[in-house]
Amino acid sequence: MHNRSIAEIAAALDRREVSSEELTRHFLGRIARLDGQLNSFVTVTGEQALSQAREADRRRAAGAAGPLTGIPMAHKDIFCTLGVRTSCGSRMLDPFVAPYDATVVERVAAAGMVTLGKTNMDEFAMGSSSETSFYGPVRNPWDPGRVPGGSSGGSAAAVAARLVPVATGTDTGGSIRQPAALTGLTGLKPTYGRVSRYGMVAFASSLDQGGPFARSAEDAAWLLSAMAGFDPRDSTSLDRPVDDYVGALEAPLDGLRVGLPKEYFGEGLDPRVSAVVEAAVRELEGLGARVREVSLPNSSLAVPVYYVVAPAECSSNLSRYDGVRYGHRCAEPKGLEDLYKRSRSEGFGAEVKRRIMIGTYALSAGYYDAYYLKAQQVRRLIADDFRRAFAEVDVLVGPTSPSTAFRLGEKTSDPVQMYLSDIYTIAVNLAGLPAIALPAGFVDGLPVGLQVIGDYFSEARLLNVGHRYQQLTDWHQRVPPGFE
Amino acid sequence: MPLSGKDVENIAHLARLALAEEDIPRYVRELSSILNLVEQLQRVDTEGVPPMAHPLDAHQRLRPDAVTETDQRELFQSTAPLTEAGLYLVPRVIE
Repeated sequence: MHNRSIAEIAAALDRREVSSEELTRHFLGRIARLDGQLNSFVTVTGEQALSQAREADRRRAAGAAGPLTGIPMAHKDIFCTLGVRTSCGSRMLDPFVAPYDATVVERVAAAGMVTLGKTNMDEFAMGSSSETSFYGPVRNPWDPGRVPGGSSGGSAAAVAARLVPVATGTDTGGSIRQPAALTGLTGLKPTYGRVSRYGMVAFASSLDQGGPFARSAEDAAWLLSAMAGFDPRDSTSLDRPVDDYVGALEAPLDGLRVGLPKEYFGEGLDPRVSAVVEAAVRELEGLGARVREVSLPNSSLAVPVYYVVAPAECSSNLSRYDGVRYGHRCAEPKGLEDLYKRSRSEGFGAEVKRRIMIGTYALSAGYYDAYYLKAQQVRRLIADDFRRAFAEVDVLVGPTSPSTAFRLGEKTSDPVQMYLSDIYTIAVNLAGLPAIALPAGFVDGLPVGLQVIGDYFSEARLLNVGHRYQQLTDWHQRVPPGFE
Repeated sequence: MPLSGKDVENIAHLARLALAEEDIPRYVRELSSILNLVEQLQRVDTEGVPPMAHPLDAHQRLRPDAVTETDQRELFQSTAPLTEAGLYLVPRVIE
């Protein structure tokens, strides 16, 4: 049952071959049995899941079930869940039980999906390896000595290990696409504003965007359909209709104009990853795509821009953690300043502190123009590169990550090395574009992810490209050994 | 541009973080290496380029000035570390 697609599970539910309650017990059983090796869940909400499942079964019996009713899923622990701890992977929020549901949580529940629990992640979504969590590192099901990528590494590991059919994630600089690539999954980062940020713990508000993890583009289309849509409670949510993602999956790719950004195939890319991506491009040609080289000349500036903009926004967003209204509070504060300083120092881990300090410095008097303003100007140059490219092609194709999954501890001693894991994903967030990671092959038994970047609001096209590619290939159907 | 230990202490204070004395050299090294990474932005000609604050250059949406939220003080304070009679408690600020 755990290797079936969402559509296959839904059909089995419709035929009464299985009930949602049985399905939920099956996945909860896998979590209990297998997650000890992965640490992908922070909180498992078994009782709540079973009651949601029974409700789903009642809805189905009453003829009121939708296509997702009764299908289990999991949320990254960055989405607020009413009455359930929402930790964001941090000691700071370890005591935080959210008093409300995020819009994404509400929407997915309204579709009748069953939430199995909350997944582990880099602290406050800051990281590319899921090693900075207060709850310990997440391990990659393809090789437990390696990271699953980050920051949404718990969602990635859980879906890859078939502990749950689909999961949500968030992507500020690659935090859906990079872990999807490193665990052999399909992961989509939608256009900025497509999925509501209401109730999603803020990291860098002009970059953060929620999206789906799934084993296939088809399953991702189903979950995104439930997640996406206008939300008046998010001031940057976009008021425009949601496309029919599932209905667009089968469209032919004849004449699809594919651009290969030459900057994405240069120095720093593992040649074996490059070979996998090139093979995938030939498959797309076989499907009727016309491929040409394009240039995104400011690509090398994306990481430097990001490490001004994201820390600046994070230092502002995380100033709310003061030991007063919620979250960790130090013992016996000697005064208000001591309360602030010790609560924050005890509550935040090293990477979060580094980013808060970089952001504080970039925004401080005398440095604002040189860092923040300058970065926002270069950000426009990066977005303009994409604008020019999309005047000539429909999608851009390249690698998601420069290498396959690295070993635990391999990059923790040098933050800048860790930051460079995201060289191909960050520019997309700066420009606010949608992009999808697709499993495209293996190097030494570890998954390689293709990245397809589209113009604004082209989620349906990206899922369509993924689906057609997955009809021709079976990389997305490979199962990590031990998790069959 | 490398930072000094004094710079790092000053930044930490602005960010209301208390750093242990023995951690300061590590933060000096790490923050300087991050600033070194972003330093290459200074070489880019951005004369006349408008800063980009929003990916789609959208403007803040306005809503009608109507009461939509009800009083949920009890619920919201249920997650606070220390409250009394509907107030958040902090150490004495004024002697």
